[in-house]
Formats: sequence, C-alpha cells, structure tokens
Amino acid sequence: MSGSILQTLGKAWLFAILFFLYAPILVMALMSFNASPYYQLPFEFSLEWYRDLAGNTEIKEAAARSVFIAIATTLIATALGTAASIALFRYEFRAKRILQILLFPPIAIPWLITGTAMLIFFFGIGLGRGTPSVIIGHVALALPYVIVVVSARLATFDATLEEAARSLGAGAWTVTRRVTLPWIAPGIIAGALFAFAVSFDQFVVSYFLSEPGDSTLPVLIYTSIRKGFTPEINAISTIIILVSMIIMLIAARFSRFGGER
Amino acid sequence: MAEVRVDRVTKRFGTFTALDSVTMDFPDGGFFALLGPSGSGKTTLLRAIAGFIFLDQGSIRIGRDSVETVPVEKREIGMMFQNYALFPNMTVGDNIGFGLRVRKVGAAEERRRVGEALELVQLSEFSNRKPHQLSGGQRQRVALARAIVTNPRVLLLDEPLSALDKALRVDMQTELKRIQREVGITTIFVTHDQEEALTLADKIGILRTGRMVQSGSPREVYKNPIDLFTAEFLGEANILQHDNLARSPGSKINVPNSAGDMSALAVRAENTTVSTLEPMMDGVSKMRGVLTRRVFAGAMGTCVVDVAGLEIKVIGRDAEIPDLETGVEVWVSWKNEDMFVVPDAAKRRS
Repeated sequence: MSGSILQTLGKAWLFAILFFLYAPILVMALMSFNASPYYQLPFEFSLEWYRDLAGNTEIKEAAARSVFIAIATTLIATALGTAASIALFRYEFRAKRILQILLFPPIAIPWLITGTAMLIFFFGIGLGRGTPSVIIGHVALALPYVIVVVSARLATFDATLEEAARSLGAGAWTVTRRVTLPWIAPGIIAGALFAFAVSFDQFVVSYFLSEPGDSTLPVLIYTSIRKGFTPEINAISTIIILVSMIIMLIAARFSRFGGER
Repeated sequence: MAEVRVDRVTKRFGTFTALDSVTMDFPDGGFFALLGPSGSGKTTLLRAIAGFIFLDQGSIRIGRDSVETVPVEKREIGMMFQNYALFPNMTVGDNIGFGLRVRKVGAAEERRRVGEALELVQLSEFSNRKPHQLSGGQRQRVALARAIVTNPRVLLLDEPLSALDKALRVDMQTELKRIQREVGITTIFVTHDQEEALTLADKIGILRTGRMVQSGSPREVYKNPIDLFTAEFLGEANILQHDNLARSPGSKINVPNSAGDMSALAVRAENTTVSTLEPMMDGVSKMRGVLTRRVFAGAMGTCVVDVAGLEIKVIGRDAEIPDLETGVEVWVSWKNEDMFVVPDAAKRRS
C-alpha cells in the first residue's frame, strides 16, 4: 500500500517538475496566438503577430544570419570534432590524457567569461567583432560537445575492424571511410545537431562578438525586449523553441541520450 | 604463397621484453602453430609478422622480401582475428569482397572470386546475410574466406577457434586443415591449446616469456622436449627429479645412462599404469604409493598416486584402471623405454 502512495507522490513530483519547466514556455506560445498585445484574457486566437513577424525584415535578416552561422559552425565543428575523436581513439600520445581533460572545462566555464575572453582575444589579434569572429567563437563552444558525443559512439567501436581492413589491403583513408565512419555515423549526426543547437541558441558569445547592425536572432530578441516588448517576440521565440526541441529530440534519438533504443 | 622467415626478432614495450631474439622458419605451404601460455609473446610474434608491430631488432622476410618497414596493408597477408572482426554494416558477400574491392579487381572478377570463396567454405547461400545473422561457426568461415580470397602470401590466424564450443571446434579444425591443404597457403596460427597445435600443425614453435623455447614437428617436440617447461606444457608429463626418485620403499627405476645431474626424468601420464600387485616383469620401472584420486571420464580414466609426496598422474583406458577406493596402496609402473631425460633448465642456471 505504501508503495503505491510513494509511486503516486513520485508521479506528482515528476509532473510538478515538467510543469515548472514548460508552463512559462506554454504561456508564451499561447500568447503568441493571442490577439491582445498586453496579455489580456479572454484568449482570442489570432495570427497577427506571425503576420507582423513575416513583415519584419530586421528579424528575418537576423534569423537568416543565425541559421547561416549555425550551419557554418555545424560543418566546421563536426569535421574538426570527428577528426579529433578518431585521433584520440586511434593513437596513443603523450599529452592525450591532458587534452581529453581540457575538453571539459569549456562546457563548464560561464559563457559570459568565455565571451569576454574571446572579445579581448579577437581584438588582440586584430580580427575584431563580426560574423567570422562569431563563427570561430561558436565552433570553439560546440567542439567539446561534438567530441564527447562522437567519442561515446567510438567507444563502442571494435578497433580490430580497422586492423582487419588494413590486413585486407586498405590504406588509412579507405579504412576510415569504409569501416570507421559508417559505424560512428549516428554519433556524428548527433554531434552535428548538438553543434547546431549550441550555435543557434547562443546568446552571450554572439552578443559580445557580433557587430551592432549585424546581430543574430537571440541578440536581436534581447535588444528588442529592452526597447519595449512586442508580442512578435513571443512568435519568433515559439518558432525558435520548436526548432530547437526538434533538433534535440533527433539528437537524443541518434546519441541514445534517452537510454537504449 | 611464400615462406616466412623470422630472424632474431626483438620487441620491447617499455621495460617489458615481449619478444627476445626469436628465430623461426616457416617453409612454403606448411601449417604452423605458435604455442605458449598467455604472455609468452606468441600473439606479439604473429602481429609482428602481420605488421601491426614494428620491431626493435631482427628481420622478417615474406618470400624474398624484407618486410620490417612495409605497412600492414602492403604486406599481402590474410589475417583471421580471434573475434573474427567481420564488418557489421556489410553483408557476407561484401565482407569477403572487401579486399578485392580495395584492389580494384572489377565487379565481375570480384563476384566470381567471392563466389568461389563462399563455395570453398560451404556458405554459398549466405552471401546476402549480415554477420549478426550467422552462427559462430559460420562467422568463422566467413572470416577465413575473407582472409584468403585475395590470394595472400601468408595466412595468419589469431586463436581462430577459441571462441567456439568444443564439438564445433573439432569440426572446424578438420575444416581448417582441409581448406589449408586445398589452397596450399603458408599458414601460421596462434593457440594456447596444445592439443589443437599437435593436431593441426606440421611444425610448432613453443614460446615462453618472449623466447622461442623449442620448434619442430609435433611428434619430435612431444617426444624430445628440450626442457621441463616444454615437457609439462605439451601433454601430461610426470617429472621425476633425482632427489625424489627413491623415496618409496620397493621403488625400482632404471635411470638411463644419458641422465646427468643436470637433468630430470619424465614419463608421460598415458604411458603409466596402476596396479594393486607389484609388477614383476623385466624392463619396467615402478614406484609404490597411495591412490589419492580416481576420475572417470567416459572411455578414458585418470588417477593420481601419491608417492611419498610426489604426485604421479596416470591416464589410461578406464577399463584398464582397476576400480579402487582412494587411500589404497598401489603400484605405478611404466616401461623403461617410455621414460625420457629432460634437461632441467632451472637446475642448469643455478
């Protein structure tokens, strides 16, 4: 009897957590479809804010820039991260442990600090602010995620398969392309989606590194809120949340984040 | 096809010497076994021949070529791995055809040779299966077909049968030998199973702590082990040290003239017999002891006799071993000519 009470309490707790996580988002999503600009009830369905959004070139340009930066980041970070993972898997070298350990702090260091450091660095080397700096910054942030996800997949890879391929006459590139990559492909896809999400949702580093007229979507949202809130922000935020959640769900599927498939 | 010569090969990993000046010849077309306990360096030697390990000293020749600096993929070897290492994302046919595709032999030629290889290992209907849909024995045969389809100069097998259960293992031994004979390829395989080595190989090399202890034909090595280690490693040998030869009253052992102080006497367990009455024939050595164990194992039986602290093992047809209670006093005897002298390396060193 006490077991079922505990179970009920457990379920209640789970629902409470989900409620606190998703209620604000749900309210925002609902309000993006509400006709009143002042969150007034009763709820009156309207697509007005989405229409406004479609006519807002500033937001559309920022969205396009965000997508461009995210795609560039994804391509670069995934290629570099996969290569690094394979190198860490295949070879023994002196600084290997240290390198692996050094991968994790960037995930934990507050983005505010990383962003400040990057800003100083990019001015120091004369690159300054702008889209190239933003992309480099995003790649640096996304790289550890890609390496962690791809390495996790590589850990399940049987290294004798590479030896078998070599014994059959395959050179390094053929071994990688025909044997290693097919096995770790799900990890690479998951890593790429992570990289995309890290870049697309990134605010702090983008805010520090982008030029004023050249902001990404999250930066633009932040600056518009400061000028005065419009329900258009609800609309664009709802779209971003949907895109991010879909990406994360796909990534979870490929990386077995939610347990065994 | 080619002969393989390993000459004074040394390999160290840090302070550990995995191979210590190992020399062995593998003539063209033969079937060779590298035998030894784990850590003896047998797998390291095989991997050195394959090219996965670079040597510190010594040379390896395949055919007429020195291959020490040739990478694995250029050595033209075929290798079978302990876990078979079949590519999980490819079908059986694609697995076998991998080496041919790498060599760009063309689609028609590839199909023909994969077909032949499948036929050789009797798996023609399984071409489109994935490795995970096969049994252990079938996977093993796919791995073998994949290793020989490219006509390598030498076939290297790393404990090829250890993952199979016993009945299947005996079948596969026969199969392996048949295919090796049919193809005529120089084959070197690593095993820790002495019975497997004795059954399959034309020549065996016994390794211990990185050294080649003895090499020769199975019969030769079995009959004339070079030291105590080899004598005990190959088959069940009872070692009679000089100091405990005359421990039991009534013992009579004909020490051969060739036995010096630096050697021990040995007799194979299968050459000894147990009896309750003292054997009185001529030309027989005997010892008296107490039966401590009597094991029935189907057709064959084993018993252990304690002769003043020395355990003597007896293996024979069960019908020929008297059915006795443990604790009974018995005689262990053997023909003088079945006794052999083993140089005792441990004694020689001290």
